[in-house]
Amino acid sequence: MTSLNFEKVSVQYGQRRAVVEFSEVVRPGEWLCLIGPNGAGKSSLLRAIVGIISFSGNIVVDGATLHDRNARRRAQLVAYVPQSPVMPSDMNAYEYVLLGRNPYVSHFGSESVHDTAMVNSVFERLDLTDFAHRQLGELSGGERQRVAIARAVAQEAPILLLDEPTSSLDIGHQQQALELVDKLRREHGLTVVSAMHDLTLAGSYADRLVLMHEGHRVVGGTAQEVLRAETLAEFYGVSVHVHHEPDGTVAVIPRRSLRT
Amino acid sequence: MNSSQVRVSSPWWIPTAVAMLVLALLGGAMIGPAGPTWWRVPLELLNRLPLLTVHSGVSESEWNIIWLVRMPRVVLAGLVGCTLSIAGASYQGVFRNPLVDPYLLGVAAGAGLGATFVFTINRAGSSTWLIDPLPLAAFGCGLAAVLVTYVVGTAFGGERSSTTLVLAGVAVTSLVTAMQAFLLQRHTDVMREVYSWILGRLSTATWTDVRLVLPYVALSTTVLLFHRRLLDVLRVGDDEATALGAHVNRIRLVVVLFATLGTAAVVAVSGLIGFVGIIVPHAVRLLVGASYRVVLPLSFLLGGAFLITADIPGRILSNPAETPIGVVTAFLGAPFFLLILRTRQASR
Ligand SMILES: Nc1ncnc2c1ncn2[C@@H]1O[C@H](COP(=O)(O)OP(=O)(O)OP(=O)(O)O)[C@@H](O)[C@H]1O
Ligand SMILES: [Mg+2]
Repeated sequence: MTSLNFEKVSVQYGQRRAVVEFSEVVRPGEWLCLIGPNGAGKSSLLRAIVGIISFSGNIVVDGATLHDRNARRRAQLVAYVPQSPVMPSDMNAYEYVLLGRNPYVSHFGSESVHDTAMVNSVFERLDLTDFAHRQLGELSGGERQRVAIARAVAQEAPILLLDEPTSSLDIGHQQQALELVDKLRREHGLTVVSAMHDLTLAGSYADRLVLMHEGHRVVGGTAQEVLRAETLAEFYGVSVHVHHEPDGTVAVIPRRSLRT
Repeated sequence: MNSSQVRVSSPWWIPTAVAMLVLALLGGAMIGPAGPTWWRVPLELLNRLPLLTVHSGVSESEWNIIWLVRMPRVVLAGLVGCTLSIAGASYQGVFRNPLVDPYLLGVAAGAGLGATFVFTINRAGSSTWLIDPLPLAAFGCGLAAVLVTYVVGTAFGGERSSTTLVLAGVAVTSLVTAMQAFLLQRHTDVMREVYSWILGRLSTATWTDVRLVLPYVALSTTVLLFHRRLLDVLRVGDDEATALGAHVNRIRLVVVLFATLGTAAVVAVSGLIGFVGIIVPHAVRLLVGASYRVVLPLSFLLGGAFLITADIPGRILSNPAETPIGVVTAFLGAPFFLLILRTRQASR
């Protein structure tokens, strides 16, 4: 199992500061969920981890600075599902998921039998076998999202980053996808960092939530600690009812405000 | 589903394409003015193979027509077609834009400018140098042109805009052509040589020309074929390719370098032949799908077969002046290009 530490990570686009000195420790095997309003910096933080954008500060994986390693090694450690993945419409799902094996294939080599077997098993585990030969362009939004998750799973990295993995899934597939992530986490000891907008789902799957606002880490803790009506009112500007189930899960129910 | 059911492509395309290339080569050797009756040619070719004796009834002078007149031209047309097609497919891969080809990116015009420089400065002296500066200048200027096109095209349109890249290519091509025209105005004495270089020497090809381009073609093809899996990785965009552990910029630079090297070398012998780099890769995609693992090798093989075939009308139809091969490919290619443009617009 693998830990992930953020040490004063800042991301800047030109003059705009998207993430400001973000520090956090994600324990091995933990599921941390980033929440926060649009533009809070959740995606920017995830993009910094995978090396798509430059940042200042330090990201440490298992005690070693992640960005001292080469890109291939990094991709073996961290798999990433972006908020809106690029899915070439003329690529089929099998080819797409096979790309997840890239970090293990030598520069000019081709995939081994192990790689293809691994990809086949991912298709089976995610219940996607019927889609293997379909072109990505002809899949529905939710089917595409599941294929994108499949590619990250095929990457076999101990750290999994998911940027709004369930945004276009129906309620059944939302649950299925998150249950799958949870199962992978328990079986393979994955460390998961996700960004999610559905606070109820976030609270019921993640071990810990971190609320971001305008690039700052505002508050972190369990669902009960973070999902409080006053906190959400302050940072989202919403009026919600927070319902506590007897089993400890927290449901956030939006209410219409009484303003006219 | 077992693993044998799921594969990236079917395996019999490559042998089929090899067979088509061999057929085109044979056909090219069999057809043409003068020379022996067509069916004697394959027999004589067999006869010339070591350890084989076939009586073909081809005289020595007829054999010279086959071997010294037809074959160099056919082989050269094949090499040019192979290279333009694989280079076109590779450019389309690294720029993630199905509409680019060596000509639209300004590579050919740049190469022409480079050659013009050499001619205007001192061709007579330089042709005997240890390393002929002509292909090098063509390569250097071709590369500069494609880099300018890329920088300009992506600076204004963003990475996802195919149209801006094509427009930038058009602009760079016009600029480079204007510079060339300006140079030629001031050196009218070399005008003839430059234009005959630009129009190409396919119709007067010799084995020397084949030997001149072969090393460049072999090198560029080898390097490009080694990148075919990585070009598939780039299809998901720079960001995700990076997240998958690919060195995107390094891959793009190497592929552009070697695609340009091959293009500049063949432009030096064939002159301007447009659209091959678009027609062939797209036809291949229609047949076998868009994975570069198949698109690259198949474009290479079928590109050779295509250009040899496209050269045949020019060799038999219009005597005494021949139809330049560029006219034939443009005739086929322009409607094809518009068709792709239309289907892409429709799929938006
Ligand atoms: N490529 C970019 N160039 C400039 N600014 C950017 C870029 N990407 C994001 N930003 C800005 O950085 C800030 C944080 O964006 P980010 O995408 O990280 O937010 P987010 O929390 O993921 O929001 P959302 O919930 O809408 O996905 C925003 O103000 C956004 O406008
Ligand atoms: Mg986001």
